[in-house]
Amino acid sequence: MIVKLLSGDQPRSAILTAILLVILICLAGAPFIFDGVRPLDTAARICIFILLVASYDLLLGYGGIVSFAHTMFFGLGAYGVALASIHMGRGFDALLVGSISGALAAVVLALLIGLFSLRVRAIFFAMITLAVASAVAVLVSQFSAITGGEDGLTYKIPRVLTSANRMGEFMGTKISGKILNYYLVFTATLILFLLLLRIVNSPFGRVLQAIRENDFRAEAIGYRVVWYRTAATCLSAATAALAGSLFAIWLRYVGPDTTLSFEIMLDILLMVVIGGMGTMYGAVIGATLFILAQTYLQNLMGSASEATSALPLIPDLLDPDRWLMWLGILFILSVYFFPTGIVGRLRESRRA
Amino acid sequence: MTETLLQTDALTVRFGGHVAVDAVSCSFKAGELTAIVGPNGAGKTTYFNLISGQIPASAGNVTLLGKDITRLGVAERCRRGLGRAFQLTNLFPNLSVLENLRLVIQSRAEKGFQLFSMADSHVELTNAAMEILERVRLASQKEQLVSELSHGDQRKLEVALLIGLDPKVYMFDEPTAGMSVDEAPVILDLIAEIKADTSRTVLLVEHKLDVIRSLADRIIVLHNGALAADGPPAEVMASAVVQEAYMGKELDHV
Repeated sequence: MIVKLLSGDQPRSAILTAILLVILICLAGAPFIFDGVRPLDTAARICIFILLVASYDLLLGYGGIVSFAHTMFFGLGAYGVALASIHMGRGFDALLVGSISGALAAVVLALLIGLFSLRVRAIFFAMITLAVASAVAVLVSQFSAITGGEDGLTYKIPRVLTSANRMGEFMGTKISGKILNYYLVFTATLILFLLLLRIVNSPFGRVLQAIRENDFRAEAIGYRVVWYRTAATCLSAATAALAGSLFAIWLRYVGPDTTLSFEIMLDILLMVVIGGMGTMYGAVIGATLFILAQTYLQNLMGSASEATSALPLIPDLLDPDRWLMWLGILFILSVYFFPTGIVGRLRESRRA
Repeated sequence: MTETLLQTDALTVRFGGHVAVDAVSCSFKAGELTAIVGPNGAGKTTYFNLISGQIPASAGNVTLLGKDITRLGVAERCRRGLGRAFQLTNLFPNLSVLENLRLVIQSRAEKGFQLFSMADSHVELTNAAMEILERVRLASQKEQLVSELSHGDQRKLEVALLIGLDPKVYMFDEPTAGMSVDEAPVILDLIAEIKADTSRTVLLVEHKLDVIRSLADRIIVLHNGALAADGPPAEVMASAVVQEAYMGKELDHV
């Protein structure tokens, strides 16, 4: 059963299994294990980014395709939900219509970009995605009448999913709609992640790996490489859009900074690389580590800075404003010591 | 009357002013093994590239099983029955031996676009792949990554991939290049087995005369991109043009 759920692709390392289980348990029980609003928000972000990064891994790690438009697809899903909720009024139908049309728009755009540029060379695709993503980001901030511009959009989601919906108490925790909302995010992430895991272990996934390894030979044994690459791009785009929809449902706000910015694109790249490309589980570990660091590193540094205030220089280095520098150092170290990512490293140590 | 499986009509390619393959017309019949010989730079591999579609032709046609395939892509030609092994080993290095072969069988079975089934659940593909690995004596290395294989074993796998495709037209480009004396016979035996199937045709680019003598039914000679001779081995090897253009020098070595 578990083997089937994981599509025969087990973690293949005891430590990795343990880490994944801890993450799964923490995310599954987040509302009950941790107190307060912030941890729950962090947990939801982790879920959404796991999905987003996993969908990127399908493209980069399995297909060997570099895309810079992943946040664009993420944004399409998010804006889909936002626009549908504004124009159709709050309701589950709006969420559904928004998510589906966001995902469809992502697929159509991915298909166009893919057929247009994947014929030529992988590097050309990377440049086209960069251009299209920048253009979309500019359009979104310019067409403020529709998109809210730089301010973004706020809207209402069904009352059932908000903290106004109180449903009593369970195990000492007040159950509100916010928790329901969290479980919507968590469940959707879990299902879509397992689906992605299935796709990379399907016959289609094997062809993608073959193309990554040697596209010339893949073509010579009868696979039309362009179609496979395009299909992978579409699948990845659709999943990213769904992750965006979940984000929009969770935040009740969309804006260029939270969904479309190039910074998020870089974050995704970092998460994939830190976790380990072409492993899927790398997405789980990369996203979890990164979001935790993003959320708590500043606090941690703040207290460390205070604790060392008597010493020279060190408190300055540990100032919370320097957190990005430390994240950068962590990234360089992790790439240097684990070139195959954390998951790759854990699997290697088992082999040796 | 044996069937013509592959035919090239005035097939030509120019790179700038240089004519690499010059109006080569030739047909290849079922049950026949044709050796293609010629000095380095004569256009043998380029001729292969034109037939299998890696390079578009400047002029002329390629006909496979009676259909014009000159404008088709590499994958499409493969799906119609044209299989090619490469001169420089050209495999999927970070996948296992079994997976390399399974991919070929999967391509033939048209299962590449199955998204939601587990690849490992297609037992029939794995079994077919294992059968061929037994034939080329690689079964014991099935879990190894291709990048870890010896050169000789990689050459064997290269041939195995072609057998897995089960094409109508087999194209081998120096299949035993760089192989040791005791490894090469395995490959040659496999080619002899393929040749024994009278519904297939085999094209073989080869330098080694002993290989040509033992396998070829026919030799065509390319010289400066043009067809210089075409006929049964004994006749071609004796002809003056070949002696002069190619064989003369080579024969001294043998």
